[in-house]
Amino acid sequence: MTAQRSAFLAGFRACAPFSLIIVPFSTLFGVVARDAGLDVLQVMAMAAIVIAGASQFTAIALLQDNAPVFIALLAALAVNLRMALYSAALQPHLGRARIGTRMLMSYLMIDQSYAVAARHFDMTPAMSLDEKVAYYMGCAMLCCPLWYGGCLAGALIGQRIPASLSLDFAIPICFISLIAPLMRTLPHIVAALVAVTAAILLSSLPGSFSLLISAIAAMIAGAQSELWLRRRARTVSE
Amino acid sequence: MIGDGAFWSLTVLLGIGTFLIRFSFLGFLGDRELPDWLLLHLRYVPVAVFPALITPLILWPEATGGQLDPARLIAAAAAFAVGCRINVIGAILAGMATLYLMQYLLG
Repeated sequence: MTAQRSAFLAGFRACAPFSLIIVPFSTLFGVVARDAGLDVLQVMAMAAIVIAGASQFTAIALLQDNAPVFIALLAALAVNLRMALYSAALQPHLGRARIGTRMLMSYLMIDQSYAVAARHFDMTPAMSLDEKVAYYMGCAMLCCPLWYGGCLAGALIGQRIPASLSLDFAIPICFISLIAPLMRTLPHIVAALVAVTAAILLSSLPGSFSLLISAIAAMIAGAQSELWLRRRARTVSE
Repeated sequence: MIGDGAFWSLTVLLGIGTFLIRFSFLGFLGDRELPDWLLLHLRYVPVAVFPALITPLILWPEATGGQLDPARLIAAAAAFAVGCRINVIGAILAGMATLYLMQYLLG
């Protein structure tokens, strides 16, 4: 077995536990998107073109709410901005691969494959470029087909789920589940509280504007609280 | 309902934009560093966007004609509590299970 082949298999195996997250999440996306009125082709086109779960949910929720396309686009892109950090973190390891390979690796970049690969590269600095690419591809080849498959499964069973199951509420529940674990630091809690308060106070504005203003206010509130905490820590230590 | 035009334009633009974000450093920015103020604000994107997005969906759901629904409020609280302590999938299951239980109990 070549070194590249074993690196690919190692990445594939390391990502295997994440199937427990990816499969239910993608299936839920398929079901919710069908419930919102998309057909199977549209669900799969979105899964394949965007391949980023939280932003897909964001886009569906806003379109369903009749938000203008540019607002839905802005919100969904904001949700994906974190991937610029992934790209920056992977660059020292994968940045010298061929341009076509880098494009493919960029397309396949998702939370789980990034997290596993970046951690592995940091812990095993002796890997060659080819081995790193193979490892990353191993991660992606587990995660991404599961994503497509789950979306398809959800889209196919979606219409058979009766309205009495209140699947409209799966979208907010999904997002609550994603943010609850982030409530570990004061600035994160402040940001979330500002977002909720502003969204309530501004609810008489057209939905999309209240989202935009609330989110920007919350980001600034989070950043400022972090700076405040840092300043305070400095004065205490002096 | 979601219109075809809105859906396809959003999907294509979101696909291109998301690809460019993913490709940024790997593709054309190289080992340049992001400015500190941007990194600082990026950390709070999820906790800023998601709560602002879902607050109206939780308080005034379309399925109830925009009326406050106790079953949905309790379900949201349950998902949050489980999400803080256990994990994402547990929170989704707890939230939906609580919703069904409350809908059954409250009629």
